[in-house]
Amino acid sequence: MAYGHAVAGRQASRVGRGALAEKMVIDSDLRAAGKVEEEILKEAARHGYCEACRFAIRLALEEGLNNAIKHGNGFDPAKHVEVIYQVGPRETSITIIDQGRGFDPSSVPDPRADENLEKPCGRGIMLMRAYMDEVDFSPKGNTVRMVKRNTGKA
Amino acid sequence: MREQAPRLKVSSLGDATIVEFVDRKILDEVGISQIGDQITALVAQAGQAKFIMDFTGVAHMSSSALGMLITIQKRVRERSGQLKLCGIHPAIMEVFTITRLNEVFDIHPTRQDALASLNG
Repeated sequence: MAYGHAVAGRQASRVGRGALAEKMVIDSDLRAAGKVEEEILKEAARHGYCEACRFAIRLALEEGLNNAIKHGNGFDPAKHVEVIYQVGPRETSITIIDQGRGFDPSSVPDPRADENLEKPCGRGIMLMRAYMDEVDFSPKGNTVRMVKRNTGKA
Repeated sequence: MREQAPRLKVSSLGDATIVEFVDRKILDEVGISQIGDQITALVAQAGQAKFIMDFTGVAHMSSSALGMLITIQKRVRERSGQLKLCGIHPAIMEVFTITRLNEVFDIHPTRQDALASLNG
């Protein structure tokens, strides 16, 4: 499937002063998620985010998108994922919205606990929280907003 | 847009099988399951089951790749084999540490170190 088909829509709007907020709507398709990552990382590079910040954004974004596609939407081709992002010189905020039933993030077991250490999954949210400065879920659980501040170190 | 296919380079050094991620700076979701299948097949076919996975050149890894590695290690252990990881970039190593997976895997700085640590 070409990226062009997987990205169902895109729009931009200015939210207050400062950075332009962009919105991309993608199919529940991991390849389309890659396209979103490329766009946001390109903007972060353009704004001079340090390598560590860009690594963090890429990792948290991939985890968030994977969760939305796999767990939220269950790879359902009828469901989309919305990504609303704003990349500014001081910080980047990313909101990911899936069309799933929602879940309770606090119900996810700690992947670092001894009994969970060798399980193949369950680390996504932990990594998002470790690498982003803010991670907040909506009460329903199908929307997550993440923020990374640009530390400005080379 | 043309997709990049994940590439694995498989070679032997003595009785060890070396797996490298060539032309692949990023281990992303799309490639991970393909890579996992390829390595699982290698493990099933291997005689001695001594594996070194060399991550030189890998600049990004998600938790799905970590999950893939855990599954591969289980397969290797089922065959009474050994799995070593090496060449991990410091930023990636931090992911292993944050998740405590540095305690689960046998990680070495270089391929030579990993080779030297193989038993038998």
